[in-house]
Amino acid sequence: MTAQFLQFLFSGITIGATYALAALGFSIIYNASGVINFAQGEFIMLGGMAAALLTAQGVPLPLAIALAVVVAVVAGLLVEKLAIEPAKNAEVVTLIIITIGASLFIRGLVQVTLGKGTHALPSFSGDKPLELLGATLLPQSLWVLGVMLVIVAALAWFFTRTLQGKAMLATSHNKLAAQLVGINTKAILLVSFGLSAALGALGGILVAPITNTSYDVGIMLGLKGFVAATLGGLGSGAGAIVGGLLLGLVEAMTAGYVSSSYKDAVPFVLILLVLFFMPRGLFGAKITERV
Amino acid sequence: MKRRDLLELATVAIATMTLAATSMGAYAQSGDIKIGSVLSVTGPAAFLGEPELKTLQLYVERINAAGGVLGRKLTLVSYDDGGDANKANGFAKRLIESDNVDLIIGGTTTGATMAMVPLVEKAGMPFISLGGGVVIVEPVKKWVFKTPHTDRMAAEKIFTDMNKRGLKKVALLSETSGFGQSGRKETLAVAAKHGIEVVADETYGPKDADMTAQLTKIKGVAGVQAVLVFGLGQGPAVVTKNYAQLGIKLPMYQSHGVASDEYTKLAGNAAEGVRLPAPSLLVADSLPANDPQKPVVTAYRKAYVDRYKEDVSLFGGAALDALMIGVDAIKKAGSTDKVKVRDAIEATKGFVGTGGIVNMSATDHMGLDLSAFRMLEIKNGNWTIAQ
Amino acid sequence: MSIKARGLVVLAVLLAALPLLLTNAYYYDVAIRIAMNAIVVIGLNLLIGYTGQISLGHAGFLGIGAYGSAILTTQFDWPPLLALLAGCAAAGLLAFAIARPVLKLKGHYLAMATLGLGIIIAIVITNETKYTGGPDGLTVPPLTLGSLELVGDRPWYLVVAVLLLIVTWLALNLIDSPAGRALQAIHGSEVAAQVVGVQTTRVKVRIFVVSAVIASLVGSLSAHYIAFVTPGIAGFSHSIELVTMVVVGGMASVFGSIVGAVILTMLPQLLSTFEGWETMIFGAILMATMIFLPKGIVPTLAARFRKDGGKDGEK
Repeated sequence: MTAQFLQFLFSGITIGATYALAALGFSIIYNASGVINFAQGEFIMLGGMAAALLTAQGVPLPLAIALAVVVAVVAGLLVEKLAIEPAKNAEVVTLIIITIGASLFIRGLVQVTLGKGTHALPSFSGDKPLELLGATLLPQSLWVLGVMLVIVAALAWFFTRTLQGKAMLATSHNKLAAQLVGINTKAILLVSFGLSAALGALGGILVAPITNTSYDVGIMLGLKGFVAATLGGLGSGAGAIVGGLLLGLVEAMTAGYVSSSYKDAVPFVLILLVLFFMPRGLFGAKITERV
Repeated sequence: MKRRDLLELATVAIATMTLAATSMGAYAQSGDIKIGSVLSVTGPAAFLGEPELKTLQLYVERINAAGGVLGRKLTLVSYDDGGDANKANGFAKRLIESDNVDLIIGGTTTGATMAMVPLVEKAGMPFISLGGGVVIVEPVKKWVFKTPHTDRMAAEKIFTDMNKRGLKKVALLSETSGFGQSGRKETLAVAAKHGIEVVADETYGPKDADMTAQLTKIKGVAGVQAVLVFGLGQGPAVVTKNYAQLGIKLPMYQSHGVASDEYTKLAGNAAEGVRLPAPSLLVADSLPANDPQKPVVTAYRKAYVDRYKEDVSLFGGAALDALMIGVDAIKKAGSTDKVKVRDAIEATKGFVGTGGIVNMSATDHMGLDLSAFRMLEIKNGNWTIAQ
Repeated sequence: MSIKARGLVVLAVLLAALPLLLTNAYYYDVAIRIAMNAIVVIGLNLLIGYTGQISLGHAGFLGIGAYGSAILTTQFDWPPLLALLAGCAAAGLLAFAIARPVLKLKGHYLAMATLGLGIIIAIVITNETKYTGGPDGLTVPPLTLGSLELVGDRPWYLVVAVLLLIVTWLALNLIDSPAGRALQAIHGSEVAAQVVGVQTTRVKVRIFVVSAVIASLVGSLSAHYIAFVTPGIAGFSHSIELVTMVVVGGMASVFGSIVGAVILTMLPQLLSTFEGWETMIFGAILMATMIFLPKGIVPTLAARFRKDGGKDGEK
């Protein structure tokens, strides 16, 4: 019994860490601009696909990873520069449609140039599963978790100890005030897109050895990342992590103990329940509306 | 809104509609034989639809290069339904009413096919489907035929093999896609007939990344002797890798949905020993020299690989069979008269296709029997005929 | 004649004259699909454009109507019109039940909640194979009224054209009424609306239910017209398509909804010749339209052609 439970736990945490990284990406952009970036899923896809194709061409893994992240960051910066910035102060719904258009564009581009096949990335440290109290864990899962923790620590340091990080936080709290103290909010927006793209791409690369990657993995991952971000409270970094992990765990437990066909409904039932009782998500800030 | 705005609106609306109306005209030369197709080249069924389209395009080209059919060239009019049955229905109407095609090949998925059936039946258009569901030809519909093996055949072939190995208690893991669910339905329906007991019934989504939860549950079921996975594309590959990760030693059977090299590449070593029913297309080289299918499948494989630099799949093969049966029927009918062509398709006998030997009749609009499927086993990443 | 009446007359003339351009059943098919989409989008625009509430799961209500009609007519032998009404009632009840808690949410949280609802409906439809036929769908018998069967392009075109006119008229009337002004007040500022005595929650719930019922009605009709339903009708991409029609055509513009439906229903047909490039081109067109015409096509063009160039800031 415990072996089974542990197995579900491991699989839940592994996939939850991916959701967490996706959710972080959503939160960072939301903080800087109030935009929900539906193209976030495509950044995840770009990371995995680029890395898979580079290694297939013979590029050594570490270099392939670095290049793949660069590709995604470039895509993120382009999306911000060409799609978000020109839209200036459009309504929320309009911005959502723009990011959806961006995600379709990126996905369509990858589909036409790189094809519709599924690709695998070699595991970072081999495929031999580790045995732990009757359950098995892939070494790649440890990589996913480990890197996620490192990233979380790095972001925490960045936001609280560096000037740039604090500037980003300031922009998220009050854009006008930040501009008044001389912060270049346009640049902040650009950086936030680049950072989210990098995070997404890393998540995609880390998970690709376990789950394979193709041109359309971005759809579901992006959606679940959005759910996780909302679950934890949009704009809250800690919320994104908790939301992502919680989501992964609940999914795995539902598949294991309840019904595998309804496991995909679980994230959405969960979010509905949470939002009914906590309209700002688990960690979201209480907003006072200016009238 | 002021009056001027209304006029502007009216102008925009009329202009848009006129533009659209004129640009939607048919574009083939008259005198050509028009073959229409509605395939899922993008979307969740792209894995099947893309090789189908590529095969059709390649062979229409080859046929035209060899002089065409009845002295006329073939034109392929193809649309992509993106896996959406509603769109498929719309495109079928377009093919029938606007493009005036002579024959329709298509419906990558059973859902898309069934959405087009009422239209082709009403219009009297010969229609060869590429969908897998047994519901397409059962009950028989006058104008609807199909070339791929049914999911029921796959289940029966698998169960026959299981009986030979003495495996009686099976766990089923099916995909929530149309292919998987149709397969699940047929598997459950014919299990008892073969003395098989399905002891677990789990599902997974086509884009899921991790099936260890479902497999752990299956592993824990008392008395389970084998696992049958019904899905296609990347899902079964993930299942296979998870299988190895969890250290499950039970025999694994897959459906014909994984009969492509992408599966063996993605699943890697984990796929060792996996058995599945598949047409002889995958083991063309191991076929004995006197096998009637050998020349057909070898030629197809060579042509496809030479042109597209990727390996063949049985879905592309089904498209080829459909095209050839259609072309043969037109030749036999001596014209593109739809009633004559339909009758000729129904009278297909002894046609050697990539999927098997086809013998159609008024009560059988598919024409394949269980011998069209071979039982394959994966050894060292290669397809071999199971012993 | 008032502006409103003039607009309706133009629409009626267009709809009556259109059959001259529709030379075969396929063109009729496109026109009918456009009209059905337009009806749903008008309802959705009332919610998104006028009241300012985002709904990313509206296709779920379409699915309820479509599958309600499909299941009740095939498996329980209900008369089609009764099944259609049952679908509308079910959609309305569901919308009512969840409207209160959901509409308390703001902005993206509301978007998420409606998204979740739509996806849950789609998953239920896909999984309950016994009733819904699962992912491969169900065949649907034609719509009948007593012994009359609604089959064929011209009859269907007539039905949806008339329905479109009625819904347009109702929507225009609503906007201009005190109830309509209450809607728009909520969009402007919910707190201010409450301060002047608008019962914001009640109004929002009512509009949510109305747009859900309209969607269900169209869902049932489209199920009978296409004679087939698949779970895709309730899916996330369909919801996004509908929202896109609202935004591209013009939020808070009834005629904009119609234009949005026309453009976005025809675009895939026009793009169908660009094998493989469709997704990319579609995405590019979406982005370009939203960046250069952020208010949507009709409001932006209307403002552009105004004598003062739209500088007075009126809508």
